[in-house]
Formats: sequence, structure tokens, C-alpha cells
Amino acid sequence: MCGAPEQTLDLPAGTDLNKQTVLAGTVRAAEEPLGGAFVRLLDGTGEFTAEVVSSASGTFRFFTAPGNWTVRALHHSGNGEAAVTADGPGLYAVDVAVS
Amino acid sequence: MSRENVLVTPDWAEQNLDTDGVVFVEVDEDTAAYDAGHIPGAVKINWKTELQDPVIRDFVDKGAFEKLLSDKGISNDDTVVLYGGNNNWFAAYAYWYFKLYGHDDVKLLDGGRKKWELDGRTLTTDEVNRPATSYTAKHDQDTTIRAFRQEVIEAINNKNLVDVRSPDEFSGKIMAPAHLPQEQAQRPGHIPGALNVPWSKAANEDGTFKSDDELRALYQAAGLDEGKSTIAYCRIGERSSHTWFVLHELLGHSDVKNYDGSWTEYGSLVGAPIARGSEG
Repeated sequence: MCGAPEQTLDLPAGTDLNKQTVLAGTVRAAEEPLGGAFVRLLDGTGEFTAEVVSSASGTFRFFTAPGNWTVRALHHSGNGEAAVTADGPGLYAVDVAVS
Repeated sequence: MSRENVLVTPDWAEQNLDTDGVVFVEVDEDTAAYDAGHIPGAVKINWKTELQDPVIRDFVDKGAFEKLLSDKGISNDDTVVLYGGNNNWFAAYAYWYFKLYGHDDVKLLDGGRKKWELDGRTLTTDEVNRPATSYTAKHDQDTTIRAFRQEVIEAINNKNLVDVRSPDEFSGKIMAPAHLPQEQAQRPGHIPGALNVPWSKAANEDGTFKSDDELRALYQAAGLDEGKSTIAYCRIGERSSHTWFVLHELLGHSDVKNYDGSWTEYGSLVGAPIARGSEG
């Protein structure tokens, strides 16, 4: 039900990228993938939308809607954020560096 | 009800890890999180397999709840400190659930796992074994804090309905939080007249609750009528437990119910009124 799926770039079977908008990427610290970061999806007004924890290999993904998004990562070692615009359904790559 | 009675700080928790009569319990959305590292001494409750009836969509009955807590080594007079991931969603759900069966002394760890991890505090994979107890629930489910579908429909235009999902779920643009796939069976939208106050507005970035003054201002600005009863809902009832905790436990509103059927039930009801768009 609401269990957060394991965060990998492999999309679940049945994900239709002609219909769904997926934002996915990797959190890195000093170029190295960073697992266990709290990755927050903020909408175009900066409002919180969703949060996941990056996988051991630093990956995360969100199923969302077209629009302007900010992905913000929080970790004991530092914070960082990156912006991404989704023009329509599809897979959008967004990487976040924390420092 | 005051904040000190229902919330503990990470500092307090760290100082009371070995205190007799204090039991830490982790409840996560990601039910594997505990096994990868937990607060020293904490036991785990799996919200999916241990708090739900295995067949029908409902909670376990009083006897099963008593057995669960007995097996976990929790006594009637223990102080239970709940914490979990995802800003304490499922810890708040478990808090409300413990209150359904009348456990007296339950508290939430402010900020949950996130704040604990961001602070760099200790997590361990050490196995925890607490001796079994014989727990007795105080009463059957307290339905003064649990709403069912018919009273939700009757509450339209009569009570405060607080939809705590994200604005896009409220308007009907998406069907589930954005970390989940979107295919769902129900109709999108919200209950007519509901106020949209996303649960996240009650929390700081690190997962801790905002101050009482900030929380009061939040619901006042949203148009919550304090003279009326309130029902909170989300998709499956966990995020609305977070808001139930804020309204009932932190702000002390007297008649607040959590509708755990939430949108996965309401949005599937034949003939139930639904509104779309960003307005109530």
C-alpha cells in the first residue's frame, strides 16, 4: 500500500512512461553515491510533495506530474538541491550533490 | 494535553534508552528499515503484518492487540516511545492505534528516524529480546477517535473535514503520494468542502513538529472552525494520523477523528460525492 518501494532506477513492471512522469537520479557527496539521504520533492512553489530515502547506491525516484520541481537532499554530512522541469510524461534524470 | 506529555526530544530519548519502564518501538513505512539499524533497545512493530487483520480490511481485535504487545514485551504501565521513518507517519499511526486500545502513556519521538539520523545518533543492528508480558487492553476500540465512511459523508457541511494529502492529490491531478506508482482503482478528487492542509505543513524539514503557535496559525489560516468537530483523512490513514496527533494531542482540540478508510475507501464508494480542483 504505502510502503515506499526500494529506490532504484529500474522502474516497476507496468510503468507506462507515455502516461507517467518519473523523476529519478542519484545523490552524491564528493562525487561518490550517497545512500541514506532524505530526498524531498518540492513543487514549483517550494511546497513539500514527497520524500524518499536514497538507496545504498544513492538512487531515488518520484512518480509525479509535469511541472517545475526541486529535489532537495538532507544528510548528516550535508544538504543539497537541484531543479528539474518535466514538460510532459516520461523519465527525467536529476542528480543532487550534497556538501 | 501539552507537548511534554506526548512528545520526547532526541536528547531525552538518548538519556532514557536504558530506563526501566520506557520501551522504544519503531514503526516504519519501509518495514525493512529497522533491520538495517534501529535505536538501541527498540523493538519493531510491522504496521502491515501486525496491525492489520490478515483477511478483512480492518485492524486486529483487542485480543490480538493484547497478544502482540505481550509478545513484544510491553506492559500496561510502560511508557511507549514510538518513532519511525518518513516523518513519523507510521509512528503517528501506531500512536493513534495504541490510543484506540487505551494505552495510557504513549509518546512520539520528535523528528523520528530522520532527525535521529540527521543528528548522527547511534543506530544498531543488535537483536532486541524483551521478556514477554501479559498485556491487557484497557477497552475495545475507542471509536470516538476513529471515523467510518457513513459519518464522513454525514460530516459534509457539518464538521471540519481536513484532507492532509498533497495539493495534487487533493485536486485530483494524481492518485497517490509522488513516491508511489499512480495506477489506482478509485476516482481522484476530495470530499466536498474539505480543507486541504497537507500534513507536511505541520512538520519542519527535519521531521520535527512545528511550534504550537505555528500550528495554531496554520489551521486558523486554513479556515478550520474550532467550534466544530473534525475528521482528518488522507489515502490510507497514516498521514492523517500525523494531523490527528497535531490537532488532538498537541493543540488539544476535543473532538477529532481519524478516518483510516481514507481516499482508498471513499474514492471507491458508489455514489459518494466527490469534488475536483483546488477549491474545497
